[in-house]
Amino acid sequence: MIAAPVTAVPNGGSVPVAEVPDLPLPAFRQAVIREVGEGARLAALFGWPAESRVRLLAVLARPAEGDLGLVQTDPGESYPALTPDCAAAHLFEREIAEQWKIRPEGHPWLKPVRSPASDTDFFRVEGEEVHEVAVGPVHAGVIEPGHFRFQCHGEKVLHLEISLGYQHRGVERALVGGPGPRTIPLVETLAGDTTIGHATAYAEVVEALSGSSPPPRALALRGVALELERLANHTGDLGALANDVGYLPTASFCGRLRGDYLNLTALLCGSRFGRGMVRPGGVGFDVEPERAATFGTRIEAALRDTLQAANLLWGTSSVRARFEETGRVSAEDARALGLVGPAARACGLDVDSRLEFPSGIWCFAQVPISTWPTGDVFARAYVRFLELQGSVRFAAGEARSLPSGPVRVPVGRLAPERVAVSLVEGWRGEICHVAITDRQGRFARYKVVDPSFHNWFGLAMALRDQPISDFPLCNKSFNLSYCGHDL
Amino acid sequence: MDPARLLPLAFALGLAPLLLGVVNRTKAIVAGRRGAPFTQPYRDIGKLLRKGAVYSGTTTWLFRAGPVGGLAATLAAVTLTPLGGAPATVSFPGDLVLFAGLLALARFLTVLAALDTGSAFEGMGASREVQFSALAEPALLVALAALARATGGLSLTDIAGGLGAAAWAESGPSLLLAALALGAVLLAENARIPVDDPNTHLELTMVHEVMVLDHGGPDLALVLYGSALKLWAFGALLVAAALPVRTGSALPDAAAGVGGLFASAVLVGVVESTMARLRLVRVPQFLVGAGALAALAFVLVGK
Repeated sequence: MIAAPVTAVPNGGSVPVAEVPDLPLPAFRQAVIREVGEGARLAALFGWPAESRVRLLAVLARPAEGDLGLVQTDPGESYPALTPDCAAAHLFEREIAEQWKIRPEGHPWLKPVRSPASDTDFFRVEGEEVHEVAVGPVHAGVIEPGHFRFQCHGEKVLHLEISLGYQHRGVERALVGGPGPRTIPLVETLAGDTTIGHATAYAEVVEALSGSSPPPRALALRGVALELERLANHTGDLGALANDVGYLPTASFCGRLRGDYLNLTALLCGSRFGRGMVRPGGVGFDVEPERAATFGTRIEAALRDTLQAANLLWGTSSVRARFEETGRVSAEDARALGLVGPAARACGLDVDSRLEFPSGIWCFAQVPISTWPTGDVFARAYVRFLELQGSVRFAAGEARSLPSGPVRVPVGRLAPERVAVSLVEGWRGEICHVAITDRQGRFARYKVVDPSFHNWFGLAMALRDQPISDFPLCNKSFNLSYCGHDL
Repeated sequence: MDPARLLPLAFALGLAPLLLGVVNRTKAIVAGRRGAPFTQPYRDIGKLLRKGAVYSGTTTWLFRAGPVGGLAATLAAVTLTPLGGAPATVSFPGDLVLFAGLLALARFLTVLAALDTGSAFEGMGASREVQFSALAEPALLVALAALARATGGLSLTDIAGGLGAAAWAESGPSLLLAALALGAVLLAENARIPVDDPNTHLELTMVHEVMVLDHGGPDLALVLYGSALKLWAFGALLVAAALPVRTGSALPDAAAGVGGLFASAVLVGVVESTMARLRLVRVPQFLVGAGALAALAFVLVGK
């Protein structure tokens, strides 16, 4: 038995770059494929410039061990692609080819990820009665831009190709050389609806690199804020799903209730989207006992209303008829594609980094994992409904028994030439931040993987053989971020 | 001509947009919102009439003719529509076939204009609209035939006039079935939930709305006004079948008809507020069901 040639770090930990095994290509491929075959998730795979050569670094989230495996290689100008053996690498390898001009040989669909202007060569189904429908990037509602290309036979979708990149801002490049005064605002707006999630991942990376540990009170407050973000978005999604099938009562109730959760976030930090809440070393705002008590009462009241509104959905047969059997993704596909978050849990996968890779408050408190086996729109809605309840129980409990002490410690300089990884279970799923520092302790590379990056292909799979009129409903049930993907 | 026979037409022309306002207000109230004023559809139409229109370079005169021709055909159909027991402006034996034909003509022109744009969405919407109306039209005609058989009248006015309390006493069950079929056809033909969602912005799910996406300004105003008139016409037929108030003089009958129409608008609003849209592939079943009800009504009429 050969010892696993990967370095293991705990979630929110760091190691010197030199300690990450530098494997020759065949061994690197073999290590990644073997780990993924044994149940690991490819949390990140990216290139970074080291000494004039671009190296590839893979982050393997290994739930069995509860740690993150790191491994690196020098791919040269081109290398045999991982995708044919590991479908989850699909988008990562396209990104590597686009960013570093390194060609993954044998990649089945090598196209740019974020250059929509040059992305005109779409997969086409030929045939007498096949027609093509192009949607976007400008949509009829006030939503983010993305282009969807359907190959249809009548109303049935044979294939959907999703072309993104319209929101590409170059955030990863802007983060290189940090941390600086601009870093936190950039991180908080990686995906505007996941401010707390991304800011927490960033804070954990900085804390790992500087060797500081935030006080327990700060960890608890971060957890509460993270769950509030989940509550607001899940509630909004349930309402939006109801709206898409034209079921108004839940749509209207949930629209208001989402505002209640956002206002609770504002109660903690003054911003409805949690801007300014999470800071490296702790949190930006403390909460006095009266406010914590108000918080507990209000969140429980909001949950009561939310459950009532959501139960209307489950009790209305016309809604169930639309949700059930729509946009089904099988558990095998979900595992092979590396889906994360509610989309994966709705396929029956036990995927939740709060439990698998606990860091911060999740080392001390647990939230039950919520899964549903059917993989359809109903499952994605129902998993959200189940998660709401766990989140409120956790947030109300933490607010009643906050640990005492300070909420922030000073953060020192970052250690040079180390790599730090953090996984945070945001409301959409696993957020992965990886930072590599240079000799001066500044970011030489900052890699962000939003859960949307894993899940967009899941949406394309969900549409196979579905009526095209169900696309908006399926899309809403995933509710992925465009800017989180486009960065 | 008896000036009282202009009454149903005048009510239709003046009050049809208000019907949409009532539907929207009902939905808002059920959802716990205050909602737009009842007169909002009038303001929308007024606003659109003051705007300019944009025409795509790929369209031809067909695209511009669609809204005008569609409204003209709908208007002609409205002149044939009685209001409760009050006689329609124009009536002759067999006008119920012309009524269905004029509405089909309006749809044909809308579909042509949609296809003229060459957009994938509009083509899809046109295909759906035509498919559904192929099922809704038989339901409408058979339901009207059942009513004709029950009353012995051959024009819409005679049928409506004959649907008093006596007719209900004689063949109530079949009239009820015919009214249900007309109600289902009303929801389908006017792009209401559960068949279509008039408020959605999601092009891929639309049926009727997607066909008029490329119209703007005065053209869209004509389309909106035409759809309000169409809702009025179907509502008037439903009220004629379901509300047996026949005093014998035009004004009270028309007043009762208007009342019934607004009540049916509230009903449409309540239906929309309490159920989700059908999956698109299930809509044909819904319409075939309406056709079956109508056929049953026709068979059951006790004459």
